[in-house]
Amino acid sequence: MSKTSPLIEFVDFTFQYRAQKRPTLYDINLKIYPGEKILIAGPSGSGKSTLGSCLNGLIPFNYTGKINGKSTICNQAPVSIFQLSEFVGSVLQDTDAQFVGLSSGEDIAFSLENKARPTVEMKERVLEVAKLVGASEYLSHSPQRLSGGQKQRVSMAGVLIENSPILLLDEPLAALDPSTGKYAIELIDDIANKTGCTVIIIEHRLEDVLWRHIDRVVLFNNGRIVADSSPDEIVASDKLISIGIRRPLYVSALDRAGIEITAEKKPGRIDTIKLTDNEKVKVQEWVHTALPDSGAEDSISGKNTPLLEAKNVSFVYNENNKEALKNISFKLYSGEMTAIVGANGAGKSTLAKMIVGFEEPAGGDILYNGESMKELTIPERAERIGYVMQNPNQMICKPMIFDEVALGLRARGVAENEIAERVEKVLDICGLTRFIKWPISALSYGQKKRVTIADALVLEPQIIILDEPTAGQDWRHYTDIMEFLASLNRQGVTVLMITHDMHLCLEYARRALIFSDGELLADKPVYEILSDPALAARANLRETSLYELSNICGIEDSASLVRAYINNESSGGKK
Amino acid sequence: MKVFGYIPKDTPVHKLTGASKLILTFALSIAAMITFDTRFMLFVIVISFVLFSISGIRFSDFKAILALLILFMIVNNIAIFLFAPEQGVLIYGTRHEIMHITGRYSVTSEQLFYQLNVTLKYFAIVPVALVFFLTTEPGEFASSLNTIKAHYKVAYAVSLSLRYIPDIQRSYREISQAQQARGINISKKASIRARIAGILTILFPLVFSSLDKVELISNAMELRGFGRLNKRTWYSTRPFTVWDYIITGFSILCILLSVFTIIINGGRFYNPFV
Repeated sequence: MSKTSPLIEFVDFTFQYRAQKRPTLYDINLKIYPGEKILIAGPSGSGKSTLGSCLNGLIPFNYTGKINGKSTICNQAPVSIFQLSEFVGSVLQDTDAQFVGLSSGEDIAFSLENKARPTVEMKERVLEVAKLVGASEYLSHSPQRLSGGQKQRVSMAGVLIENSPILLLDEPLAALDPSTGKYAIELIDDIANKTGCTVIIIEHRLEDVLWRHIDRVVLFNNGRIVADSSPDEIVASDKLISIGIRRPLYVSALDRAGIEITAEKKPGRIDTIKLTDNEKVKVQEWVHTALPDSGAEDSISGKNTPLLEAKNVSFVYNENNKEALKNISFKLYSGEMTAIVGANGAGKSTLAKMIVGFEEPAGGDILYNGESMKELTIPERAERIGYVMQNPNQMICKPMIFDEVALGLRARGVAENEIAERVEKVLDICGLTRFIKWPISALSYGQKKRVTIADALVLEPQIIILDEPTAGQDWRHYTDIMEFLASLNRQGVTVLMITHDMHLCLEYARRALIFSDGELLADKPVYEILSDPALAARANLRETSLYELSNICGIEDSASLVRAYINNESSGGKK
Repeated sequence: MKVFGYIPKDTPVHKLTGASKLILTFALSIAAMITFDTRFMLFVIVISFVLFSISGIRFSDFKAILALLILFMIVNNIAIFLFAPEQGVLIYGTRHEIMHITGRYSVTSEQLFYQLNVTLKYFAIVPVALVFFLTTEPGEFASSLNTIKAHYKVAYAVSLSLRYIPDIQRSYREISQAQQARGINISKKASIRARIAGILTILFPLVFSSLDKVELISNAMELRGFGRLNKRTWYSTRPFTVWDYIITGFSILCILLSVFTIIINGGRFYNPFV
C-alpha cells in the first residue's frame, strides 16, 4: 500500500473558523490511500466533522476561515465545492434533510440533473445505481415515506451515481435504530467491496462501525489527531477512555473480568477476538461472583397503586395508519426509571403523546394515581407528567434562561416572587444556577437539553417523559445527561425514556417496554430483553455484544453475563 | 391536518405534462384578463369545468380554498360597489336603474352586469389553476416552471418550498403541543390577544429550527452540484404527448380568441345594452 501515492493528503494542516479565537484543527498530518476504509472517531467538538468539511469543500468555500499547511485531494489542491464533488461523495448526517427530490428516483438523479444530463441517460443510471444498493423497488416513492434502512440506501445511491472515488459519511448512524445501523454498516462495506472506492466514516459510535472490517481508525481530540492505527490497537489502548469515546461493550466486560486486552488478541471486532481457555474460565468466574443475589432486583412490582397505568389503550392514525397502537396495557410505579424501546415508527412516541394528552386514544384509558385522566386538559396533565421533546431547539421559546423556565408558571398566573423562588430551585436541581442570567444562545446542546428538562420540572410533575434524551450525543454528553436523569430519579422523579439506545437501557433502565408495529411485545427486565435475540430482532434492536461474548466463553445462560455486567455497573464498577 | 397539494390519481388530466397544464393556466388567465367579453368567459368557464370534472378532484380536496375565494369575491364585489357604484354605467354608456338605495348609491343593470363579469373572471381562472396545483406532481412543478423560461433556481426554490410545507406544518404541530403543555393557550377559549401572543411564542422555535434546516439543505444541495451550470435537466421531465400539443395549441388559440373579441367588440367590454 505504501507504494501507491495517497489519494488524500494533509500536511501540517491547521484551520481556524473566521468567528473563532482558536483553530479547530491543529497540525493535521494524514494520508489516506486508494481503497482504504477509514473510521474517523472522536468526541463532539474534537474536529472530526470539521475535517469532513475540509474534504468535501464546505470548508473553506462555504464556511470561511484561515488555513495553514496544505491539503490535496486526488492530487489537486481544493478549488471549489464543485471540483471536490467530483472526487468526494458526501452523505450528510441527517439523511432526511438531505433529500431534495420528491421521489426517490428524482433524488438519486439530483447530481446528474445539475450536470444537465439528458433525461433518458439519467433514468438508466438511476436504475443501475438503485440496483447496486437494492433500492430499485421504491424509485417512485417519496423518500420521506421510506423506512430508515431504505432512506440510507436512497441517500447512498444519490452519492454513488457520481462515481466519485471517495465516499464520505458523516455520522451515518446518528438517526438509526440499532438494527438499521448494523444494516447500514453492512451496506457501506458491501458498496466499498463492489465499487472499490475509498470510504471515510466519521462517527463516534465505534463499536457499531467496527461491526465490519475497517482498515484504520483515526482518533481526534481537541482538534488534533491523537491516534492513527488499526482497530485492534485502538481498542486495546487506553486512548478511547481518556478522550471520552465508549469502548466496545465486550471489551468493558472483559476488562471488568480482569482480562488484559492487547492488540494481539485482535479485540477490534467481537468475531475476531481470541481468548485462551483460561481467560474464558476467568469470565465465567467473574459472571458468577458479579451476579446479584436472587431477588435483589425486580423489587419494583406491584405493592401499591401504580403512578401511571395504561388500560387497553389503542390509537388509530387518521392518515396512512402508521404508528397505530393496539391494546396497550402497562403499569408504571413511583420511583421507576423505565425505557420504552422499539424501531422507529413502532408507536413509542404516539404512546407518550397520548399520556401527555397531545393525542386522543381511540379506546382504553390512562390512569394517573388510579384516576382516569380523560377529563384533564394538556396543561393540567403537564402538572403531573412533564414531557421533553427530542430537539431542545423545538421547545425553547425565550431568549433568556430565566424567562424560558418561568414561562410555564407565568402562563399559569403564579405570582412573580413565587416564580423566582421556583425557577431558582429548579435551576439548582438542573445544575444551571450559574447561568440564570445568561441568554440561551450561549449554551451548549447538552445545557439546552437541561433547560428543557427544567421547563418541565418547574411545574413539579411526578413523572417526566423524555423522547430520545441522548440522541446524537457522544459518550461524555450522554453520560452527563443520563447521570443527571439518574440523580433526578434518586430525588423521587419517576422517569420514562423513549429510546433505541441499548447502552442506555443497559446502564440506566431497570425495566423496558418493547414496542413493535403498534404492539407491546414485552414488559421485562432489561437483561432478559438484551439477551433474547429473537425478541431483540422483532423490536429492531440488536442483541448486544455481551450475548456474543457469552457464546464465546461458553456461558449457556447469556442473560447471566448481562446481569453480572449491569450489577457490576450499579455497584460502582464504572470507571 | 389536510395539506393542500398534489393528489395522485390516474386520469387523462394527470397524464398531461406539468408544462402544458401550466401553459394552459397562464393562457386562460391572460385571456380572461384581456377581455371582459361575457360570452368568451362563459366559454372558458365551460372548458375549465370540463377539465375539472375529468381530473376527478373532489369537493373536499379544495373546499378550504374555495371558502377563502368566495369570501374574497364577496369582499371584492362589495368594495367595487362602494367605491364605484356607477362604473357599469360609465363603461356601457346607458343607465337602467333598478332601484335607488341612498345618496349616490343605486342598483343599475349595467353595474350588475359589470360585477357579474368581474365575478366570472374568478370562475374562469381559478378552476384551471386548481387543476394545475392538484394534478401536477410537485417534482414536475419545477421543471414546468423551467420550461416556460423561469430560471431553474427560481423554479427549484418554488418547488422546494412546496415540498417543505408538510414538514413545517408537522413541526408547528409538535411545537404547539409542547407549548400547550407549558400552559400557552391558543385554543378558541383564549382571548384573541392571548392567542396571538401564544402563536408568536410558538413561532420563535419554529423559525429557529427551520433556519437550521435551510442551512443543511443548501449545503446538501451544493455538495451534489446544484448551481454549477447555467442550466439543468429534470429527471421527472416527460416527453410531450399528442394531448400536450393539443392543450398548448388550444392555449394559444384562447389568447388569440380573446384578442379577437376586443376587435369585434371595439373594446374590452361586450355591450348587450345597445
